[in-house]
Amino acid sequence: MGKNPVSFRPSAARAGIHALWSAGEENRHRWILSRLQGLKVRVTSICVLAILLSLALAPKNSAQITSARLRLAPAEPANWLTYSGNTRGHRFSPLAQITTENVRRLKPAWLYQVQDLNAFQTSPLVVDGVMYISEPPSHATALDTRTGRPLWTYRRAIPSDVGVCCGQVNKGLALLGETVFLGTVDAHLVALDAKSGHVRWDLKVADYTTGHSITVAPLIVKDQVVVGISGGEYGIRGFLDAYNPKSGARRWRFWTVPAPGEPGHDTWAGESWKTGSAATWATGSYDPELDLLYWGTGNPGPDYDGTVREGDNLYSNCLLALNPDTGQLKWHFQFTPHDVHDWDANHVPVLIDAAIEGVLRKLVVVANRNAFYYVLDRQTGEFLLGKPYAKQTWAQGLDRKGRPIVLPGTEPTKQGTAVYPGLHGATNWASPAYHPKTRLLYVAVREEGTITYRATAAYKPGAYFSAGGMKGIPGVEPSGSVKAIEVTTGQVRWEFPLHSPPWAGLLSTAGGLVFGGTNEGNFFALHAESGKLLWSFQTGGPVLANPVSYSSGGKQHVAIAAGRTLLAFAIE
Amino acid sequence: MTSFDPLRFVPWTVRRLSKTFRGMVSTILIPAAVLALAVCMGPLALADSAEALFLAHCSSCHGAGGEGGRGPRLNVPRLLKAPDDAALSTVITNGVSGGAMPGTRMTTEENRQLVAYVLGLGRAEAVEFPGNRQRGESLFWGKGNCGACHTVGPRGQRLGPDLTEIGARRGPAHLRTSLLDPEAEIPDNFSVYRRVILMPDNFLQVRVVTADGKQLTGVRLNEDMLSIQLRDYSGGLHSFLKSELRELDKDWGKSPMPSYRNTLTEAEVEDLVAYLVSLRGGSSD
Repeated sequence: MGKNPVSFRPSAARAGIHALWSAGEENRHRWILSRLQGLKVRVTSICVLAILLSLALAPKNSAQITSARLRLAPAEPANWLTYSGNTRGHRFSPLAQITTENVRRLKPAWLYQVQDLNAFQTSPLVVDGVMYISEPPSHATALDTRTGRPLWTYRRAIPSDVGVCCGQVNKGLALLGETVFLGTVDAHLVALDAKSGHVRWDLKVADYTTGHSITVAPLIVKDQVVVGISGGEYGIRGFLDAYNPKSGARRWRFWTVPAPGEPGHDTWAGESWKTGSAATWATGSYDPELDLLYWGTGNPGPDYDGTVREGDNLYSNCLLALNPDTGQLKWHFQFTPHDVHDWDANHVPVLIDAAIEGVLRKLVVVANRNAFYYVLDRQTGEFLLGKPYAKQTWAQGLDRKGRPIVLPGTEPTKQGTAVYPGLHGATNWASPAYHPKTRLLYVAVREEGTITYRATAAYKPGAYFSAGGMKGIPGVEPSGSVKAIEVTTGQVRWEFPLHSPPWAGLLSTAGGLVFGGTNEGNFFALHAESGKLLWSFQTGGPVLANPVSYSSGGKQHVAIAAGRTLLAFAIE
Repeated sequence: MTSFDPLRFVPWTVRRLSKTFRGMVSTILIPAAVLALAVCMGPLALADSAEALFLAHCSSCHGAGGEGGRGPRLNVPRLLKAPDDAALSTVITNGVSGGAMPGTRMTTEENRQLVAYVLGLGRAEAVEFPGNRQRGESLFWGKGNCGACHTVGPRGQRLGPDLTEIGARRGPAHLRTSLLDPEAEIPDNFSVYRRVILMPDNFLQVRVVTADGKQLTGVRLNEDMLSIQLRDYSGGLHSFLKSELRELDKDWGKSPMPSYRNTLTEAEVEDLVAYLVSLRGGSSD
């Protein structure tokens, strides 16, 4: 704001004061008031002018995203500032322009197509009219939300000997200040200028030749870039990193597999911790009030042969609560101890406040790959509730502490063992969505049993290290659904059937809708309360990504990656 | 970097031996010792090392016996993505472009072993059989009346699977069983990792009843959550929204193909199999 140039004339003031005292009290009051009013008018008009001036001079499409803006993300419904829409993992849009009444008129506004043949898994960010997407294998592009036209693109040359289990893909970007952050399949973290796409810095996070890669969307937490690592099928030692966004210097690293002397190390027999995996390949969530960072971890290595790694194998298949400043572990909860089914707990943790048995509590809820839905206290990690949300044949149930009571004969064998949920789990990495009004958690559910078998694997750096595999159960065609789970009870309120097990995530909106996708190319909207199908569109390619919503030109849009295409929809 | 002199590790007594004797030691005794050691090492014994390589690197996607799963089946006479040994070696090293199959890290020798093993999976079914191809061909279009439902090149009807390249895709044992017990060989193992479900890969007979009571039976061409497309047994193409159907029944494991157990002699079956095995596509047999 500009300086206040109200002039001050000492002689006039003295004269005025003298006049006041000689004029009597009533006159004094009237004089003071009139002077003040004049002053007020002048000050106000100067301030207004100053504000208008600064607004006019401010650059358009300013991408000054700060951690504060990210914390208050729901206050900017026109934008989609962070992976899950808010830091609490809800994937909920406060926009209500698209409603249960008008969604049937939703139509594509524009399309943008990528060239690469790997799966297109990006969850877009939208800031002030610019959409930031990652493209397979490890590219980044900025699009104008009004026309869909690219503003800049960063193309990375990927070495030919990168090792990934599941495609050279990327799940999205992070943005802080005027910098966009991208993880790459050759295990680098790259900082790009948000206006031009130029490289600010390019940092090697790990050695890709030993099976490390980055496909996860990083998360901005308190002016840091937090990024996870992939390589669960390559016998890596997993970790979670936090970096200084300006310099790329590493602030901390939390190893998800403890070394000798570190707590939890005794849950690994012999030297098996060295190839313990426990990768961190799905984006986490952050609670700014508790100042805790929540992140899921993946399977222990080798995936299907538990005999070479006796013990619970901490901290594989866990939800971790970490101090975001130091990376120190506050608490952990392990969903599947000594996992032999590849049931990574790489899910977006959903942070909600709700009453359990009449007491309002701070909760974290996770629909886990192992087919159980969990409610934990997010301050302490205390197990509060666990209930199957899909068909499962491996556990009798969970004990009081939430530890599974494993049924005998369910582990993989050389001949193969049929089990539900299958290898890919009852749900996978694709995001669930939470709706604050319905109080339902919407989950993309896979009904897909598999026959899992065990082999022997000798570790070799950079070589596949899973010791087995799987195939489908003969004669049983896998299917899927969208399920709406009551968050405090685990009851499934409704179920919308899908033709095949989904790889697409869900988005909930204040307009009362839940958006999702299918492998057959359908992108659809359901009524959030009833689960009724209200709209769908055939995109022509499998939907393997998470939807987002934002405003452009004052109109609400919904965007999704499907096949090789990014589609933006709006009411015509 | 200091130079590495392997002779440093050889006892001086051996070094003093004549070159020829040393040669004998290195070419006979040492490999023999390694072999003996390897044989004693159980699952990683030299004799099983190719299988161990396959199980470690390939089986998680291609199945323990190459029967397929997330990745295509490998126990077929011809691999689509690897028409020759060199191509297979390249695919094993580099994977398949688009990231569907990752590359693998192994020595040249291991790669060679794995190529031989994978090709062996496809040849495993190749046993000598006595059938006569020409007689089989005339049976196909004559007594068997296979052309009423199947196509070979430009000839035949398109109700059942096209057989132009069937000899390259399926082995003789499968083909024999398909003739005698068709329902036993309907592929029923669903590939659970397919993300791109453009076309179903399993034969499925479906029966529908439309809203106005019309009944139809056919083979499913495609399906999603809202619609189903099928081809009836007269060859007609149909597309239905599921909301338009009163009933939709899926006849898993059912095939409209009759068994030839009682209509063909054993010799005729062998001739027919010989003909089918010869159908490898391309311009010549």
